[in-house]
Amino acid sequence: MADPVTFTVNGKSLQAPAGTLVIDACKRAGIEIPAFCYYEGLALQAACRMCLVEVEKAPKLLASCTLPVAEGMVVQTESPVVVQARKAMLEFLLTNHPLDCPVCDKGGECELQDMSFRYGAGESRFTEMKQHVDEKQWSPVVYFDAPRCILCYRCVRICDEGLGVKALGVTNRGVYSEITPNKGDHLDCDECGACIDICPVGALTSGIYRYQTRPWEMEHIGAICSHCGDGCKTTLGVKNDEILRGNNRDRSGINGEFLCIKGRYAFDFVSHAERLQSPMIRVDGKLEEVSWSKALAFVAQRFGEIKAAGGRFGVIGGERSTNEENYYLQKFARVGLGTPHIDHRRSGDVPALLDALHGRQGALATVDDLYNAKGVLIIGADLAQQHPLLAFQTRADSRHHQAKVFTVTEGPVREDKVAAKKLRAGPAGQLAVVKTLGEDLKAAGELVVLFGDSIQGAAVGELVSFIDSLGVPAKYICLVDYSNSRGTCDMGLLPHLGPGYQAAAQTGMGQAEMLADPALDALWVVGANPLAGAALASQQAFVVVQDMFLTETAQRADVVLPSASAYEKTGTVTNTCGQVQRLRKAISVMGVKADLDIFGLLARGMRLDLGRAVPDQVFEEIRASVHGYNVPLPVIATGGAAMTDPVHGRIPVAGQAQVIQSARDTLFTSGSLTRYSKTLNLVLEAPGELYKP
Amino acid sequence: MTFSPELEKRFAEMAAKYPEGRQKACLIPMLMYAQDEVGHMTEELKEEVAKRLNISVLEVNEVVGYYTMMRKKRMGKTHLQICTNISCLLWDGDQLWERACQKLGIGHNEVTADGKISLEEVECIGACSWAPAIQVNYDFQHHVTPEQLDKLIDDLRNA
Repeated sequence: MADPVTFTVNGKSLQAPAGTLVIDACKRAGIEIPAFCYYEGLALQAACRMCLVEVEKAPKLLASCTLPVAEGMVVQTESPVVVQARKAMLEFLLTNHPLDCPVCDKGGECELQDMSFRYGAGESRFTEMKQHVDEKQWSPVVYFDAPRCILCYRCVRICDEGLGVKALGVTNRGVYSEITPNKGDHLDCDECGACIDICPVGALTSGIYRYQTRPWEMEHIGAICSHCGDGCKTTLGVKNDEILRGNNRDRSGINGEFLCIKGRYAFDFVSHAERLQSPMIRVDGKLEEVSWSKALAFVAQRFGEIKAAGGRFGVIGGERSTNEENYYLQKFARVGLGTPHIDHRRSGDVPALLDALHGRQGALATVDDLYNAKGVLIIGADLAQQHPLLAFQTRADSRHHQAKVFTVTEGPVREDKVAAKKLRAGPAGQLAVVKTLGEDLKAAGELVVLFGDSIQGAAVGELVSFIDSLGVPAKYICLVDYSNSRGTCDMGLLPHLGPGYQAAAQTGMGQAEMLADPALDALWVVGANPLAGAALASQQAFVVVQDMFLTETAQRADVVLPSASAYEKTGTVTNTCGQVQRLRKAISVMGVKADLDIFGLLARGMRLDLGRAVPDQVFEEIRASVHGYNVPLPVIATGGAAMTDPVHGRIPVAGQAQVIQSARDTLFTSGSLTRYSKTLNLVLEAPGELYKP
Repeated sequence: MTFSPELEKRFAEMAAKYPEGRQKACLIPMLMYAQDEVGHMTEELKEEVAKRLNISVLEVNEVVGYYTMMRKKRMGKTHLQICTNISCLLWDGDQLWERACQKLGIGHNEVTADGKISLEEVECIGACSWAPAIQVNYDFQHHVTPEQLDKLIDDLRNA
């Protein structure tokens, strides 16, 4: 068989690799063939018959979405017969479809509308009554309007193949065919909304977004979801400083079209009723609202006094703050306040991994590498729950590339379904179990290794040398919890390591030690909630908290400064793989300030010279001084993800008492933020049979 | 849910015919045989079959919804199917259908009050050469005359 294959479309000679489908080959050559059911990456369906083309010597029109190119094939995509067939198909699709685009939620971004406009007949010969079925609500976020459905099976396939949930099916026959949820009248699923996003018509609509606006009235801003460490791009639909929806219909970013419930709906915490919108100072034991100038002046004055008296500062940074903020905060702490006590809640042992990989290049896997790897080894993490994008990629890898997947986890995980081997062991025994997989891993030929908090400290080095001993190329992902957990490590919010994992001049106390230190004079917490489940030993400590909500930590604070969410500021974040992406400011919220702005104002109040607190300038400093962050700016400026190279030298990791523990979030939780998201609390699944953490 | 020992044996034989991991292929025969014993597609039956084949109830529903021979509600002890498709129609199959409806006082997919007989107007049952044809449970009757139909119904009523 010739490869590449030469064939002719509309009189134009084209070439494509053998096995390419005609519809794909045409698309690449700039020839559009309309289709509904065909969807790149999903199984072929050939249900909608929109992509019919005329092929020379074939007795009938053929569906180009299931037709591989053949040598010498002559195809017509715009011949009168094809044009006529498309008109007829659309006429059929519209027999029962309501013609009420002006009231349909999909109007303006509906594929059926576009196709009718472009290829449709403009009139119908059907005079019969339309078959009507009432609209149904399947869950708080999913509505189904059967008459609008054109039975393209996209939702059924994305749920089964993409998400591995299989919550949707088609029941009945012919004109009565209907998409049906797995629990009869409701859904028990991930509630990810992929079915809504992928629906070409207005049959599946989102309970969060429907009937709020029109797509053309919104501004569409690419932001990075702040809920887990995967760094999915979520395109926010914004109108009047209100986020109305999140999706990724343009398939941009590292996640393509994928988003989980958190990326798609859980931006709603930004407008939660309990959102702090004014600074507060504790007066007579009670927090009282004050102006920003008063609060900032007070903090600057107290910090100045404590510093002058040689007091002991503890600084705890946040895992959802931007790189710029984290970098500036550690600089503020180490240079401005002169304290070595700086830390954050750690969820994965990134320094140990980077140390174990010292001197290598390209040893860290990107989200894309995971999709292309021949073998995937998952250790100690329930990916479907904690890292939905990485789980999606693993499933896609197994589906498209027949990757060998190995799971070594405590309990059953969804990835078992695609796993070549699934092994069970408690956190302490997982490394030993991995070592029994030697021959299988070797046979896979290439590996991406993902590990959670069960592999930390010396075990990381042991894991890397074991994989090395197999002699197969391997890349690693150290799983961490939130949108910038990785960047927080990279920026040096660690007691013993500065930015770029350079040894700190002086080793300070870790988070647990700070909280337990009765002699602490000041505690500064930025975007974290360390006092959830822990007590502060120091009675006299002056506590400053920057947060969006009155968390347990904020309730103990002497000064609370309301901060901006990830969707209200610019900056960069680094995902669990080490890919840097840029946040774009989507909305403004009254009364709050970005953490970086707060640092800048405090620095000015204390007359500290720490450089300008402007995201772009701080990022320039990061690019110049933090190893691996010298990333190409055009890549991130245009919404792409840039990989950071690991450090080349050894990292002084030994001798540190460390607490590294993942929060073990599920699909429906996101640390302290969970309780402020209406959607996450609205769905019935958590905790459900399928969703036990 | 439990089935009779004969049916259990039949299921076991069926499952052994398919390669490991392809037991899902037993779905249709399993449902049909179980229907013969249970009467119609009860929720309990669908759940049991789904459990045995390790598939979801939704997948069973997809199949059950598609096939009219998988009954969604309880039918009579004898299920009378009368063909009114083209060949039978030419031999007055439609009149047989109307006669049966009048005699029993029920319509399409309905059951007599005593639960003995149910009626269904069916599309071609593949007996065109012997039209008009009717199907009594699994048995065919060929060249049916109105008198034969009356006698059949009377016999069934008195049985």
